[in-house]
Amino acid sequence: MSVGTTAVGWDAEPSGQHEPRAGTGAWRARHPLAVFVLRRVAVGLLLLFALSVLVFLGTQILPGDAAASILGRNATPRALAIMNRTLGLDKPLITRYGLWISGILHGDLGRSLVSGEPVSSIIGYRIVNTLILAGTASIIMIPLAVALGVLAGRKPGGAVDNVVSSGSLAMIAVPEFILGTLLIYLLAVQLHWLPAVSVVLSGGPLTNPKILVLPVLTLVIVGSAYIIRMVRAGIGEVMRSDYIEMARLNGVPERRIVLRHALRNALAPTVQVIALTLQWLVGGLFIVETVFAYPGIGAELVQAVIARDIPVVQSVALLTAAVYIGINILADVLIVLLVPKLRTAA
Amino acid sequence: MIAVGQRLGAQRRLRFARSWSGRIGLALTVSVVAVAAFGPLFAPHAPTALVGPAYAAPTGQFPLGTDELGRDVLSRVLDGGRSVIGYALLATALAYVVGAGIGLVAGYTRSLADPALMRLMDVLLAFPPFLLLLVLTTGFGSSPAVLVLGVMSIHVPGIARIIRAATIETRGRGYVEAAAARGESRRAILLREILPNITGTVVADAAPRLTVSILLVASLNFLGLGVQPPNADWALMISENRPGMTIQPWCVAVPALLIIGLTVGVNLLADAVARARGTSIDEELVRR
Repeated sequence: MSVGTTAVGWDAEPSGQHEPRAGTGAWRARHPLAVFVLRRVAVGLLLLFALSVLVFLGTQILPGDAAASILGRNATPRALAIMNRTLGLDKPLITRYGLWISGILHGDLGRSLVSGEPVSSIIGYRIVNTLILAGTASIIMIPLAVALGVLAGRKPGGAVDNVVSSGSLAMIAVPEFILGTLLIYLLAVQLHWLPAVSVVLSGGPLTNPKILVLPVLTLVIVGSAYIIRMVRAGIGEVMRSDYIEMARLNGVPERRIVLRHALRNALAPTVQVIALTLQWLVGGLFIVETVFAYPGIGAELVQAVIARDIPVVQSVALLTAAVYIGINILADVLIVLLVPKLRTAA
Repeated sequence: MIAVGQRLGAQRRLRFARSWSGRIGLALTVSVVAVAAFGPLFAPHAPTALVGPAYAAPTGQFPLGTDELGRDVLSRVLDGGRSVIGYALLATALAYVVGAGIGLVAGYTRSLADPALMRLMDVLLAFPPFLLLLVLTTGFGSSPAVLVLGVMSIHVPGIARIIRAATIETRGRGYVEAAAARGESRRAILLREILPNITGTVVADAAPRLTVSILLVASLNFLGLGVQPPNADWALMISENRPGMTIQPWCVAVPALLIIGLTVGVNLLADAVARARGTSIDEELVRR
């Protein structure tokens, strides 16, 4: 019971197959949920380690470039050699990986190749800005989209369903950067209702909430489309099941059927959808923040990629990957907690 | 079951054209692809030539006006579609070739290669897709080759998994065992016995995957990390001309509408095909 398409093969089954043995086995048998959580976290850490190797290799494959890009026109062979030594780029790859990862574990993310500032002070406040943006978008998007999905899935093929599901099918296909640009043109340039770019003052984005409206609106429109379509499909499937038919035949009112029976049984898939949408949000933020020049971690990453500022890219990439894996683990655990059948199986 | 199933599949595939959304999707896709494919033949100016003042309003000479550097917007629109469609198609097709190779080998061999390959796929699948593209671009620079290979590697794990599962299901069938008993090589068994019998499962999700590829390619080009200036590309045109869209909206609006037409069109088409087959495209679309 792992989250949809991001499921990881070896963690797919809860830990139930293990025969309880003496000692640790007995503990395992008594705390199946704890065992499940521990296993998921262990697999998550293993994955994070693998991703850190990939991030490192992906960004370090051309080691000469970092020194050359810092030195610019002064890149004589001698200066290059010195700069490579200062940056530690003359050491073998595996030593460099070790130094990098131990630095991160000690809270030292390195220094930006562009500005020379410590990476932690560059990304620190930007993480807060991004969390404010992502949080606001999620709080609006999730209840709204689940409600619309239920409304559409209740009567498949009805008028509400046709409007909601074709609308969401279209919105799902519109790239975030185009939607953002169109919203800027319409609401900021033509109607002057909102600012076109996010100028965040020293007090953070909440001192001027107006700047949040357009980025949040863009994220909500695209993100809702995913949730609506998946919740609609989930509810539609439940509504066709035997026990709903039974409840109908027993004369249970339709509203009660939807709220008490259908929603409850569609809860686990809904948690999966929300997790997938939050994972989409992780990537969507890169683009939406860039479109609105919002000073968050996503726009910073894109800038760092353009400037090939490797320490910044590595830190933000690792952080993003950790969040992505964390969402996955949380969703898996939540689903096991929500579905009693899985809890006893675990 | 196999032969009959394929014939029924062919009939079902035509059924999508009966729904309205399927027809609209087909019309949108065909017209945008036509603009991209044949557009360069009709371009009045060279796409990179400076032919007038910057951000000039539409006139007889420049039907859609000029862009930030004074290049003809119509010529750039007609020239700028091949990159998005071409790279997305290429990346998706390559993903099927590589993913099929990995899935077939992992599914048929009963050796350690199977778990080794599949754990590698798990790691790739745990990578946030867009982040993978950004990391690759940092290491290897911005170029169409990196763009295509990056988008490809986002699709490979999913395809490999589906093909592996289908291969495992097929390898126990009589005709596969008969071929093995005849002493045919593993290569021949995989390519002639197994692959033709699992293509139906495999192609089912090709259209939503293409939509995802188009969205990824366009987004990366918009960020300036794919196609490089001065080349014409719809997504790149949007980011280049955004500062001037108050003065000259056409140089942003036309490429934007073409990209939307393409993605919405392919998506409507994919949805209609999936519904005719009794499946859904939603699962695939979420991963980008």
